[in-house]
Amino acid sequence: MSTFLLLTITGLGLGAMYFLIASGLSLIYGLMGVLNFAHGAFISVGSYGTWWFSANLFDGVHSILLRWLLSSLLGLAAGAVFAGLVELVLIRPLYTRHMEQVLVTVGLSIAFVALLQGIWGNDPKPFVVPAWLHETTTVAGAHIPNDRWVEIATAAVVLASLQLFLRRTRYGLVIRAGVENRAMVQALGIDVRKAFTLVFAIGGIAAAIAGVLSGVYFNDVSPDQGTNLLIFAFIVVVIGGLGSIGGSAVAALVVALTQQYTNYYASAGVGDMVVVLLLGLVLLARPRGFAGAVVGARA
Amino acid sequence: MSRRLLVHDWLIPLVVFGVLAAVPELHLSIPKLFDQPVSSPGTMQLLAACVLFGALALTYDLQFGYTGLLSFGHALYIAIGVYLSNIAITDWHWSFWEGVLFTMGVAFMLANVLGFVSMRVGGIAFAMVTLAFAQAGAVLALKDPHHWTHGEEGLGADYTKLPKAFVGILNTKNLYWLALAFLAFVFFVVRWAVESSPGRVWQAIRENEQRVAVLGMRPNLHKVQAFVLSSTLAAGGGIVYMLLYNGSTLAVTAPNFTLTLLLMVVIGGAGSRWGAVLGGILYTYLNDRLVAVGSSSTVEGLPHALRTPLEQPLFLLGVIFILIVFFLPGGLVGIASRGRPSGLRRLQDAIRPEPTLTAPQEDA
Repeated sequence: MSTFLLLTITGLGLGAMYFLIASGLSLIYGLMGVLNFAHGAFISVGSYGTWWFSANLFDGVHSILLRWLLSSLLGLAAGAVFAGLVELVLIRPLYTRHMEQVLVTVGLSIAFVALLQGIWGNDPKPFVVPAWLHETTTVAGAHIPNDRWVEIATAAVVLASLQLFLRRTRYGLVIRAGVENRAMVQALGIDVRKAFTLVFAIGGIAAAIAGVLSGVYFNDVSPDQGTNLLIFAFIVVVIGGLGSIGGSAVAALVVALTQQYTNYYASAGVGDMVVVLLLGLVLLARPRGFAGAVVGARA
Repeated sequence: MSRRLLVHDWLIPLVVFGVLAAVPELHLSIPKLFDQPVSSPGTMQLLAACVLFGALALTYDLQFGYTGLLSFGHALYIAIGVYLSNIAITDWHWSFWEGVLFTMGVAFMLANVLGFVSMRVGGIAFAMVTLAFAQAGAVLALKDPHHWTHGEEGLGADYTKLPKAFVGILNTKNLYWLALAFLAFVFFVVRWAVESSPGRVWQAIRENEQRVAVLGMRPNLHKVQAFVLSSTLAAGGGIVYMLLYNGSTLAVTAPNFTLTLLLMVVIGGAGSRWGAVLGGILYTYLNDRLVAVGSSSTVEGLPHALRTPLEQPLFLLGVIFILIVFFLPGGLVGIASRGRPSGLRRLQDAIRPEPTLTAPQEDA
């Protein structure tokens, strides 16, 4: 029972990261029809940014917690700025040319990983976090690493604030309307392109948060971490239904929990295969994912 | 068949492949391009890799450039060729040709099944689904549940099972010729396929899938066809890869492996046979040689901030790729046709004369 609980909480922690990445991907795709392959780069900007600020800017701060929080904040800001710039400089000029937009993000992801390797090498960098995060809390006999709680709580906060933002603010309304019918929003005289940059920046922050949390989860940051997480986020987005935040959240949990359970109860690696199998089954039964948004209609 | 058609369709490719085939026997030495003489094993290995990637890029172009299918999982089928042929001879002690037949059969069947499943979704979702399937293959090769692939160590081929002509450093020339023969084979198969009537439908799907459906044809059936042909050819390329590198490593299973094929095709020119081949050859050559540029004395003298990116071939190739997407949508072969579209069109008209035409038309 305690093993099962540990697996569940760890699975939820992993699902939290998948959701953070998938939510941005899903919003960007839903609004703009862009499959953002550079999302892995956004994750890396968050994790490497936090690591760099922590090692170079805040190395004088004595409280490790404060140092971690401050550098994470700057890491998130870097993620948002980077993502916004990518939209403005690389995506916007190719407006409506979806294939070229995908290609550009592919090129960016490859060049960016190579740049990280060139600057900081292939070796993982240790990620300094408060010791408390690596201690365990005992719940019903299960020793659960504390960072899992942080991951779950962060994702829950992000999910809640995204929903609030999308449902209660004017910009959220524009984005939701844009996902439904972009042409009509434009016809009403609203500049949808501002929403594009905004959605990219939001996706960049969410991915950067995932980057920081992955640094905590894996204890270090390395150049290809972002891309590896991205693949499962893609699976989550397709299973959840492109363009749906709620769908992404549910799918993230299903994928991560399935992965954890089968990796433990069957054998390591089987979980990853089962997730892909799950994707195949979902596509055969419901090609549009759980949430049933229109998949592929814009491509 | 008119004489011009003969020249265009057969003479040009045969001359190009003939010249490439003669390269190892010419005993050239081009110090600027290659460190060692061209016929030395080191250079032959590089050239063989270039030619092989030209062929692999062409198999990818068949689904991407000609049919409009953006797959991120092409590496899966190459990896099947690389691994399965090797597992058959090294782990199961089969003969080489049994291994080849078995590998091709498995690749063909798998491409049919996975092609059918992934065609359930279109466009971008298709890209993600193919990526996921390839990732499953990558995990399988890494975790190695049956002790066949040897995970991160890679699987060295049992050389006693390989054809004698392809074993040993002195036979690198033969590997080059093998890669070149494979390229020529893929080239003519792709040309035959895209000019057949299903091939025309593939290109129509790329242009406008809805219209194809409205005309009463079944786009999905044709897309699976293109996917299966492309994937099976890729598995064949995987076998050549296994011979060229004397075994199998995880590099071919990585998602980035497909992305490099995409880069090659777009850099050379998507939807063009020579473009894909040129892109594959050029990319592989640059990826190898830019490392040398990065450690050259000119770059050593540069400040650190400039030097770091220049030492990373993939960074440079990624940037070149982005620039080509922005400014040269036709790829490198697009340059050739850019300045003189009317001339090219005239040429094409001349190549395919109307049968009813009795007198040559005068130029306006």
